[in-house]
Amino acid sequence: MLDLLLRALLGGLGVASVAGPLGAFVVWRRMAYFGDTLAHSALLGVALGFLLDINLNLAIIVLCVGLALVLVTLQKKHIIATDTLLGILAHSALSLGLVAVSFLDNIRIDLMAYLFGDLLAISQVDVYWIYGGGLAVIALLVTFWKPLLAVTVNEELAKVEGYPVEAIRLLLMLLVALVIAVAMKIVGVLLITSLMIIPAATARKLSSTPVQMASFASLIGCLSVCGGLWASYRWDTPTGPSVVVCAALLFLIAYTLPFKRLR
Amino acid sequence: MNKRLVAFDKIGISFDGRVLLENIEMTISEGEIVTLIGPNGSGKSTLIRTLLGLQEATSGEIVRHKTLRIGYMPQKLHIDPTLPLTVKHFLALVRGVDKQQILPTLEKLGIGHLLRSQVHVLSGGETQRVLLARALLNRPNLLVLDEPVQGVDVNGQVELYNLIENIRNELNCGVLMVSHDLHLVMAKTDTVVCVNQHVCCSGSPQHVTGHPAYQALFGVPGADESIAIYAHQHDHVHDDHGGILSGKDDDAHANCKHH
Repeated sequence: MLDLLLRALLGGLGVASVAGPLGAFVVWRRMAYFGDTLAHSALLGVALGFLLDINLNLAIIVLCVGLALVLVTLQKKHIIATDTLLGILAHSALSLGLVAVSFLDNIRIDLMAYLFGDLLAISQVDVYWIYGGGLAVIALLVTFWKPLLAVTVNEELAKVEGYPVEAIRLLLMLLVALVIAVAMKIVGVLLITSLMIIPAATARKLSSTPVQMASFASLIGCLSVCGGLWASYRWDTPTGPSVVVCAALLFLIAYTLPFKRLR
Repeated sequence: MNKRLVAFDKIGISFDGRVLLENIEMTISEGEIVTLIGPNGSGKSTLIRTLLGLQEATSGEIVRHKTLRIGYMPQKLHIDPTLPLTVKHFLALVRGVDKQQILPTLEKLGIGHLLRSQVHVLSGGETQRVLLARALLNRPNLLVLDEPVQGVDVNGQVELYNLIENIRNELNCGVLMVSHDLHLVMAKTDTVVCVNQHVCCSGSPQHVTGHPAYQALFGVPGADESIAIYAHQHDHVHDDHGGILSGKDDDAHANCKHH
């Protein structure tokens, strides 16, 4: 039991640490709905992973990245408004995923676990994936922090100054896709975006620089995971939603209490 | 002789079959201040965006000197309010910036005290100066300024134009400005290019304001009310180049309607 909890805690903390800084970018660039769309399509990735018998994490990453590329292409053509486009893609991908899962007769999938996450079902291999993927994401974030931020602050200035704007934008999408694949086990496809944006939004209240906001987001995410796990253990509530509720509570506290911004 | 930084060679841009710009010929040299003027929708900004590489020209070519390095000051700065950012951090984003230069550059522009301010709380004039600082930190030999005095009151505008002129004198850089302000900007400009899809006329401010094509677009200089208001702030009158005309000039107040 203790082993199980410890593994859940380790996995959860790993995911929250990565989701924080990336969530900050999602908030800054107003990509929340975009994150949702990628997350929803992750279920399709799971189904395809089972059907084609390949590694699930890999299937999810490939599908998310593929979808991100499709999105960018469609967005450029200005056929319909971006939010409509995202809505169409998000829900068709989710439905397609659910339909595809129903074809998997001989494999039993715990659908609820994929939709809402099951931190307690996390395996040793999952922890490796989380830390491997998480470290890769953090390394990329640290290496490309300045260009990522420059492009986020103002794309045109960044372009004139010679930053490779398109490549950086793509990198960010790749990172979001990676985090979604990694975080899916913890909070599930329907709740991943919340684990990215709620801690980041909470951190905004306390920060006066981007680095502060990204680090606080990690910290607040970790607190939420601890709180959620504890609640789940104590009252036998579902883990994923408990983590999100905990994050939402921290958000409320940060914005109702008169906290001072760090200088 | 000052070297030529940029030459527009028969640049044309069309969008969905609609011609925005055609046959634009223009050059900018080191130490030269060129001002693009033209009515709204005349393609001034499009032309600038082409030079910056933000937009492709449909025809023609922009010849850039191999040493060309552009400092760009956009019309305005929108930074998402969820992104906490101080002026210092904003300026540190310049690619390959020498961080030691940030404070001196701000001080040169008279805004050293803003180093630790959040970018969201700056006034219009302060924002423009911060943007100018960012352009300068890119160590340009050509400054491209898109409506640099937008949202700045008249006194602030005069100060900004003076600042730009001082920078030009100090760095001997070229300056390409977009403006639809006709009067203040004229005084500091070497060359005015009047654009309305094509180059209507270009040359020294005095030459251009006397040109029929310019007058067709903007009216006869001095005939509109705004220049009368401007003249009223002084007890003297400027000629088109900013020189002071004698107060005895019979014409000095001829255009003021409320005398």
